[in-house]
Amino acid sequence: MDQDPPRPTPQQAEAMRRRRRGRNIALFVVLVALAALFYAISIVRLKQQGPF
Amino acid sequence: MSESSAPLGAVDRGEQSPLPAYEPLAAYEFAETDVRDWIALLKPRVMSLVVFTGAIGLLVAPGRLNPVLAFTAVLCIAVAAGACGAINMWYDRDIDAVMRRTRNRPIPAGRIEPGAALSYGVTLAVGSVIVMFLAVNLAAAVVLALSIAFYVFVYTVWLKRRTPQNIVIGGAAGAFPAVVGWAAVTGSVDLVPLLLFSIVFFWTPPHFWSLALYANDDYRRAGVPMLPVVAGARETRRQIMIYTLLLVPLSLAPWYVGFSGPVYGVTALVLDAGFLVCAFRVLRDRQDAAGVSLTGDAPARAAFRFSIAYLFLLFAALAVDRLAG
Repeated sequence: MDQDPPRPTPQQAEAMRRRRRGRNIALFVVLVALAALFYAISIVRLKQQGPF
Repeated sequence: MSESSAPLGAVDRGEQSPLPAYEPLAAYEFAETDVRDWIALLKPRVMSLVVFTGAIGLLVAPGRLNPVLAFTAVLCIAVAAGACGAINMWYDRDIDAVMRRTRNRPIPAGRIEPGAALSYGVTLAVGSVIVMFLAVNLAAAVVLALSIAFYVFVYTVWLKRRTPQNIVIGGAAGAFPAVVGWAAVTGSVDLVPLLLFSIVFFWTPPHFWSLALYANDDYRRAGVPMLPVVAGARETRRQIMIYTLLLVPLSLAPWYVGFSGPVYGVTALVLDAGFLVCAFRVLRDRQDAAGVSLTGDAPARAAFRFSIAYLFLLFAALAVDRLAG
């Protein structure tokens, strides 16, 4: 028979929620920065290639 | 609604309650890791030195790279170095757990699951090489891939646990970034980046063995065959002196091949004199018959600190000399 998994204490649950939020914010910042970087790289490379 | 979907934090513990009692979670179950743990996996302190030498390689190379592409090249070098750190921590998690210096790292401390750390490292490594190729050039991407492969397979997997010469040959991994930076600008590799490579290569043994002298117990406990563990502290002090002597002519080489001017030459001479004094003090450290330091390895600690300043100042002088000249 399956046993229930251990449940976090309220303090652990709160800490988990806080950390998950921190990770999500960090991931968001990284993704936005990467999108901006790839955009800038594309513009520079297109300029280097000259007009089509 | 099923019984198991009851909200977390419910406090009803009556006999009829479907909920199990609260109990502290094991480390891996409590795996909502902190962002700082993922940053720690990248070994940021090692990364700073790698970024610095990579940026110097880029600055002193003849030619010009668009600032956006230059930034991308340095970022790729940093991410690749971080990826190597993460893969190294994944592979070395068993010995990290028994060494005082490393046992609180995210994997041995149970804050990050090993498989997740490996995936993270591999993704960053592959990503950094692809971006380097697409944004900068093929030569830089190839040297970057080579440096990652060297660090992971040659140093971490093959040499580190097998030979006391591990960090001599493994030092090549730390010497690559300057070459990558140079290749990012020029698209090729010639004598000067190889000189920069050699300087970092011969700087690594006295730098790392100075640390190993006073972290000796940790390495012994972990079974890592560092030179002080295998050959003893006395022999390690001798080897530190030998490698420092070999480093002197190499550090002066950019000056006498005409690549740099007097700013670099004089700085190199002063720094070499300082490093030689440090190495000599390590060699002459008061020690017992077994070679164990009677000063708490104070000279080795000083040499380790000086070695970091040495490389930063030497490469900074090279950049200043080139940019001013």
